[in-house]
Amino acid sequence: MAEPQRARPKPTPETQHFWDGTKAGELRLQRCDACAHVYFPPRPFCPSCASRKVSVFKASGKGFLYSYVINHRPAAPGFTPPYAIAVVELAEGPRMMSNIIDCPQTPEALELDMKLEVAFEKLDDKITLPVFRPAKG
Amino acid sequence: MRRNQVAVVGAAESTELGVIPNMSQLQLHADAALNAIADAGLKLSDIDGFATAVETPQQVCHYLGIKPTWVDGTSVGGCSFMLHVRHAAAAIEAGLCKTVLITHAESGKSMIGKAPRSIPADSLQGQFEAPFGVYGPPSMFPIPVLRFMKTYGVTHEQLASVAVVQREWAAKNPRAMMKDPITVADVLNSRMIAYPFRLLQCCLVTDGGGALILTSADRAKDFPRKPVYIKGTGESVETPMVSQMETFNSSRAFKVAGPLAFKEAGIAHRDVDHLMIYDAFAHLPLFGLGDLGFMPYEETGKFIADGNTRPGGKLPLNTNGGGLSYMHSGMYGMYALQESVRQMRGIAPAQVQNAKISVCHGVGGMFAASGTIVFTNER
Repeated sequence: MAEPQRARPKPTPETQHFWDGTKAGELRLQRCDACAHVYFPPRPFCPSCASRKVSVFKASGKGFLYSYVINHRPAAPGFTPPYAIAVVELAEGPRMMSNIIDCPQTPEALELDMKLEVAFEKLDDKITLPVFRPAKG
Repeated sequence: MRRNQVAVVGAAESTELGVIPNMSQLQLHADAALNAIADAGLKLSDIDGFATAVETPQQVCHYLGIKPTWVDGTSVGGCSFMLHVRHAAAAIEAGLCKTVLITHAESGKSMIGKAPRSIPADSLQGQFEAPFGVYGPPSMFPIPVLRFMKTYGVTHEQLASVAVVQREWAAKNPRAMMKDPITVADVLNSRMIAYPFRLLQCCLVTDGGGALILTSADRAKDFPRKPVYIKGTGESVETPMVSQMETFNSSRAFKVAGPLAFKEAGIAHRDVDHLMIYDAFAHLPLFGLGDLGFMPYEETGKFIADGNTRPGGKLPLNTNGGGLSYMHSGMYGMYALQESVRQMRGIAPAQVQNAKISVCHGVGGMFAASGTIVFTNER
C-alpha cells in the first residue's frame, strides 16, 4: 500500500497565479490598484473596496510567527507528529497558514513573533508549497 | 425584533446521550423531535415551521411526516441552532408560521448514517490550510490560543481551570458523560493533543440529539410547560478559515452577535443570572467573556481560575458541564440551548436559584460563525 499523501491543493482559475508563483520560487500576493489594500487568499477583486482592478506582485517573503499549534494527534496523512501548524503574518500585512522548517517543533524553539522567511517545498510537478524558516541575521 | 414575543414551549434531548450505536443520525433527529413534541403536548401535525442543520429540512421533514410552510436549513456549524431560534422567532412574528420545530442530531461517535466531513482540494481551505497538516477541529480551533495568551497574559493553569470548573458542574448532572473530579494538574498532565491543548481541554465526542419548539408568546401560556421567552438575539459569520480571522485576540463573529443580542434584550451584564458559552475547547469561554463584554480580556482567565463561574460563583457558566464534560456530538449548540431552557424552567440538575435571564452563546465551524440568544422566564 502506498504511503498516505499530504493533502494536495487543486488550483482554481482565481488562484492559479499563486501556485504558478510558488513553482517559480515566488510568493505572490495581490494589491488593489484603487485603494492599495494587500490581501490573501487570492481573488480577482479587492475585498476591501470591491474594485476589480487588482495586480499580482511578488511579496518579500518576510514575516513573523503570529500563532501556532504543535499537532500530536490525530496526525494528517503525510505528516509525522509532532508538527507545528503555523500562521505567519507577512510583512505586507496578510496572514497565511504554513509550516515552519529548519526549526525544532517545540514550544521552546517556536517563539511567537520570531522572524521568518519563505522557502518552497516541491510536492510534485504541479504543486510547490510555501513554507517558512527562521530568518537569518 | 421585539422582546418576548416568541417563546420556547417544547424542549428535549434524545432519549440517550453518549454512545448510541443502535441509532442512525436521522433517527436521532426523530427521537429528539418526538420527545420535544411530547414535552409540548403537541402532535406532529401541529408543526408548520421547521429548521435543522447538516441534514436537510426536506430529509428530516419527510422522515417525520411534517408538512411545513416555512423552513430554514441554515448550516453554519455548531451554533446553527442559535441562528434557527433567531430566524424562527422572526418568522413567527412575521406570521409565516405558528409553531416551529428545530432539530439537531449527530452520530458524532458511532458515525451511523453520517457523512464524513471532508475538505475539497479546490476549496480555499483545501488549497491554503489542508496542505499544512490541519486534520479536524483539535488541530485548527486552538490555533489562536498562543497569541491570545501572549497578548493578555493568560496562563496554561488558567486555561486548565476551565476544564476543572466545568467538571464540577458535570458532577451534579446525572446525564453528563464525565463526572469524576479533576485538578489543574490532571489537566496539564493529560495526553497532549495539539499544543497548548491537552486531552482534558478538548471536547468529548459523542452521539445525541436535541429539539426545540417555538410559538408566539400569546399562545405559549396555553402549553403545559413554563414558557421561556426569547428576549434578544444576535448572529454573524466571519470566515471558515481560522488562519484568516481578523485577529486572534478576539472573534469578530462573537463581537457582532453577542452585543446585538444584549442590545435587543435591553439588558446589562449585571442582569445575567446564567451563562452558556459553547466550549468545544477550553479557550472559548475566555473569548466569550471578553467578546460579549463581561470583562476585559486580561481578566477572563483569572476570573475562571478564581472560581467565579463554578457552582456557587457569581456568574454560573456552562452549568451542564459543557462540551468538555457533558456531551459534544460535533454540533454542541443545541445542548447549550437545552440547558438554558432547563435553567429558565427551573428544572436543571444544577439549578441556579431564581435565575431569570440566561444568555446562550454559540460558535460554529472554528470561529466561522456565531449566534447568541437571551432567554427569560418573565414576560
